[in-house]
Amino acid sequence: MSSILPQLLTGLATASSLFLISAGLTIIFGVSRIVNFSHGSLMMLGAYIGWSILTRLPREPEWFALGILATALATALIGVVLEMAVLRRVYRSPELFQLLATFGVVLIIQDVTLLLWGPTELPLPRPRWLRGFVEVAGSRFPLYDLVLIAIGPLVLGLLWLALNRTRWGTLVRAATLDREMVAALGVDQRRLFTSVFALGAGLAGLGGALSLPNASANLGIDLSVIADAFVVVVVGGLGSLPGAFLASVLIGVLQAFGIVLVPKITLVLVFLVMAVVLVFRPNGLLGRPQTEAREATVAAPVVRPAPPALRLLGAAALALAVAAPFIVGGYYLTVLTDACVAILFAASLHFMMGPGGMASFGHAAWFGIGAYAAGLLLHWAGAPMPLGLLAAPVAAGIVSGLFGWFVVRLSGVYLAMLTLAFAQIAWAVSFQWVEVTGGDNGLLGVWPPDWARDPRPYYWMALALSVGVALLLRRALYAPYGYALRAARDSAPRARAIGLDVERLRIVALVIAGAACGLGGAIFAYGKGGVFPTYISIPHSVEALLMVLLGGLQTVAGPIIGALVYTGLADILVRSTDLWRLVLGAVIVVLVVAFPEGIAGAVRRLWLRGREA
Amino acid sequence: MEVTRRLVLGASGALAMPGLLRAQGGTPIRIGEINSYTAQPAFTLPYRNAMQLAVEETNARGGVLGRPLELITRDDAGRPQDAVRLAGELVNDLKVDVLAGAYLSNVGLALGEYAAQNKRLYVAGEPLTDAMVWERGNRYTFRLRPSTYMQASILAEEAAKLPAKRWVTVSPNYEFGQSAVKWFRQLLSARRPDVQFVGEQWPALGRVDAGATVQALEGMRPDGILNVLFGTDLTNFVRQGNTRGLFERRTVVSLLTGEPEYLDPLGDEAPEGWIVTGYPGEAIDTPAHKAFAGAYRAKFNAKPMCGSLVGYALINSIAAGIAKAGSVEVERMVEGFRGARFDTPAGSAEYRTIDQQGTLGVYVGKTALRGNAGVMTDWRYIDGKDLLPSDEVVRGLRPAGAN
Amino acid sequence: MSVLSVQGLGKSFGGVRAVSDVSFSVAPGEMLALIGPNGAGKSTLFNMVGGQLQPDAGSVTLGGATISGLGPRAVARQGVGRTFQITATFGSMTVRENVQMAILSHRREIWRFWRPAAERFGDEADALLAQVGLEVQAERATGVLAYGDLKRLELAVALGNAPRLLLMDEPTAGMAPAERVALMQLTRRLATERGIAVLFTEHDMDVVFDVADRILVLDRGALIAEGDGPAIRANPAVRAVYLGTGSGGH
Repeated sequence: MSSILPQLLTGLATASSLFLISAGLTIIFGVSRIVNFSHGSLMMLGAYIGWSILTRLPREPEWFALGILATALATALIGVVLEMAVLRRVYRSPELFQLLATFGVVLIIQDVTLLLWGPTELPLPRPRWLRGFVEVAGSRFPLYDLVLIAIGPLVLGLLWLALNRTRWGTLVRAATLDREMVAALGVDQRRLFTSVFALGAGLAGLGGALSLPNASANLGIDLSVIADAFVVVVVGGLGSLPGAFLASVLIGVLQAFGIVLVPKITLVLVFLVMAVVLVFRPNGLLGRPQTEAREATVAAPVVRPAPPALRLLGAAALALAVAAPFIVGGYYLTVLTDACVAILFAASLHFMMGPGGMASFGHAAWFGIGAYAAGLLLHWAGAPMPLGLLAAPVAAGIVSGLFGWFVVRLSGVYLAMLTLAFAQIAWAVSFQWVEVTGGDNGLLGVWPPDWARDPRPYYWMALALSVGVALLLRRALYAPYGYALRAARDSAPRARAIGLDVERLRIVALVIAGAACGLGGAIFAYGKGGVFPTYISIPHSVEALLMVLLGGLQTVAGPIIGALVYTGLADILVRSTDLWRLVLGAVIVVLVVAFPEGIAGAVRRLWLRGREA
Repeated sequence: MEVTRRLVLGASGALAMPGLLRAQGGTPIRIGEINSYTAQPAFTLPYRNAMQLAVEETNARGGVLGRPLELITRDDAGRPQDAVRLAGELVNDLKVDVLAGAYLSNVGLALGEYAAQNKRLYVAGEPLTDAMVWERGNRYTFRLRPSTYMQASILAEEAAKLPAKRWVTVSPNYEFGQSAVKWFRQLLSARRPDVQFVGEQWPALGRVDAGATVQALEGMRPDGILNVLFGTDLTNFVRQGNTRGLFERRTVVSLLTGEPEYLDPLGDEAPEGWIVTGYPGEAIDTPAHKAFAGAYRAKFNAKPMCGSLVGYALINSIAAGIAKAGSVEVERMVEGFRGARFDTPAGSAEYRTIDQQGTLGVYVGKTALRGNAGVMTDWRYIDGKDLLPSDEVVRGLRPAGAN
Repeated sequence: MSVLSVQGLGKSFGGVRAVSDVSFSVAPGEMLALIGPNGAGKSTLFNMVGGQLQPDAGSVTLGGATISGLGPRAVARQGVGRTFQITATFGSMTVRENVQMAILSHRREIWRFWRPAAERFGDEADALLAQVGLEVQAERATGVLAYGDLKRLELAVALGNAPRLLLMDEPTAGMAPAERVALMQLTRRLATERGIAVLFTEHDMDVVFDVADRILVLDRGALIAEGDGPAIRANPAVRAVYLGTGSGGH
């Protein structure tokens, strides 16, 4: 076939773009261990800034190159500001907390970009030379794509030189291998981190600007890019630059040919590649095992039962919640119902993430599977709500168990990334498999039976189920199983040495978390009258993380408080201002900086201090 | 770029305060409107502007049933679940008389479900999915804009006149794209049995790998291409297609591409000679449209977009429906909206009794370059009632309980 | 009758023989030290007994039942307790809860989801803590314990599993000399009282000669000597390989 060569070249051009967006992410992660969710936003800023600069410059190639470099510099500067204003303050926080801060930054940048550049997408008018092409095997191939193919390896080479031939590079590599060691050598870590973050941000800006001739500056770049970049970085091996390059080529070329062979599964293909690579090479293609042992010794505080005062407070809150339908109107009752669902959503994530030690970037998958289980049962078998509410946790539990069986040996960020991959596959299936799931139109008519149609009984049912399950989860955490799960998290070798089956404990935790979350999804579905792919979207997964981390990872009450605060805050903001993303993002950043152990954690610390004084 | 700048400023002014427009006179009739203002600002902000314009004009004329209209808008963030929650707020807390809105099909369907469940009137403006009034149609849901079927059917009609025999399709892989391709194939094949569909491309929505997609289409050697891509996907696709010569000596028919929301960003790379549905904007010289466009430009200092037309017509259709019903009682409004005629800048239209679909029509024409911008030329307006299938077919598609 | 019996054990890594044809046994209540210069294969041998590594050749039997080929968890289930060179405890639990955890595991009460774990085996845990001298620290978090106390806690946790064999990898590493002897004498006493066989590796020769009943000397993967303290001290092969000229030593 004559189209093989052009298709291969096209794949390589895609690969270069992928490498540009992931190089910065992997360098930042390697040194600072920060999963930078705002990397896509930096690239989006790069595209917009690039557009603003390039549309003001003459249209010759040399000016184009200059404009691109200027954009990279400008984005690097923004990176410096970001690092010094936000991230620097949260380096000492528990792992993944920085992720929360960077997500706040994502929200802020979304609204700021909208305010500065407006809602319409901004394509860069292409001068003639950017529209040029060469003949390859009888097809026209864009000249600019050839340029891109060259830029990828060029950037890799320059970065390699910087990392291997300069003192700065030596420090960066040392920090990637062993952060504490570099600190012990008396290197100014702050400046090193700032410079690395600036480099990463600059690379994101470069990627954004270089994407302009083939695309446009638009408000959707941030989230679509971040998913791609995560996949590349994880497949290549976290922190490995050559790995990121290899992964980019693998994914770019596979995608180019995948489009010809199976045009409908391109979205799933990328995540399947990731899943397959991680199952066979748990640290990615060229990644090293993480040096996590030392960080694990910064142990979680001892979990103790709630003090009587807190129990009293909880009981009072519960009494108030039960009486709520007599106090508040119809709308606020649905918000409270949503809050009940949020409690299940957050408490289930906390179960696997806190005591289980397994972070998830894709918790919405179980939520969605529960909702779809109920919806599909109704759709195809006419099953009534009680059956749906039963089937949802069963289905979500089974799927999460199967998933757990594959991923249980992974840990940390790799595990979290696989959960993200799984959630994206589930999302793609629900979004694209229209015949079964109804696609983005969703499954409709998922309403409760007559006795629960009124908001009041439905709220009481949601409250009973959510509080009941949350209490069961709490009970399990204080029971031998919960202790064993925590033991496996604290020290897997020690847990094995006393005869604990670490893998099985973790799979069961995933099953329990998945089932509880799935129940939440079903309650939500009947409350909204439908099931939609948005239930499984990345932002929804991030919401679960937000609730858990805001509330506090190390207290059982944390996720509940986080769920209530987040639901209330989001509802008030969305209804009071169109700039709710900006405000919410700012609130998140402030909370993260002020309460690095979450709201419940901070309260507990103050309480304990009062005790010991 | 001057136009864009001003539009932005106008938009950001509107951004700061979610709409709450009040007019003098008796208790206002409240319209609670929900849309994806933060998720799809490029489309929904001009739409909201035009709604505000229409409310002001209606109230200046003395309102409806002697009462002013009041418009309350909410942002669904692109999530149907949020839309349903906010519908609860609008209905239970703010006691709106009519629900309206939605840009995304899933949001529209979710609101339609809510309306049917809670027996409230819901008038959808933008959503395109056929399910709104057919498979998932219900007594309480009306929809203004021409549906996916209507858009695909006029394009199939145009495509049937062409010599092209080997067709390929490229479409975002989700319900809208799949429906559009399904109808186009069905309707074109019915008119032209000699036509062959030799391949299809299904990029994921918002994530098209344009180079590879264009290369794959090129490899199929088609005579004609049906494009359903829009937004950023369209921009990327057109650029790669231009450079790689995909569109040369081929016919392209393309859904929605003539709408300024999608055509303007293409700038001087707007393709020439594509047969598209869309909105010619200020080139329309009927008195009704001139008045609308003039008032819009005077108020917002920007040209009306396709969304503006829809937003403006939406408010007018609601006003007409309530006037015909003579009441804001829900069941009487349903009966009143059925068969209600209303004027839009594009022409007179009505809500059909049989499926509660509006007969707002479709502009179809060809794309061309004027200076550095794409425009629609040789366009004509086709009344929506001529684009819908026979009553018999519609009755078969719509659930019996929906009337 | 020996508790642990190792027969012809061997292991290679990429063609390099780390351990070859090693055989020995340990009796109940006996303290057996495993020594040898760095790279002699101590860790490999140790990890094969503990289940962390699978041998290429030979067998490991515990009370007559084969345990080679089992994973660390299954080995633990057979009654093998162990301590680690770098202490590993459960940081989010109190000292008492650490021991309770081990007892819960031993009594097969892990898969219970209702009754609070803190109410189970508290007295037994306190008894074990008393034996290692940690009873006053029972309520404290493990994170605040002194290093020597952590080592003793590990011992108590290992005992919670009621082991027949105790594997101790460099048990006194990082401790002050006085503490070292105290810890090993405590171990000695517990081993005798409970009839536990103890296999340990150790750098500190004073400790080895002080508490070990028997000593195995490993060099380049092979067993070169076996015997009690005086015999090992006198063994010329050991002096040549391990102590170099014989005048140095630790």
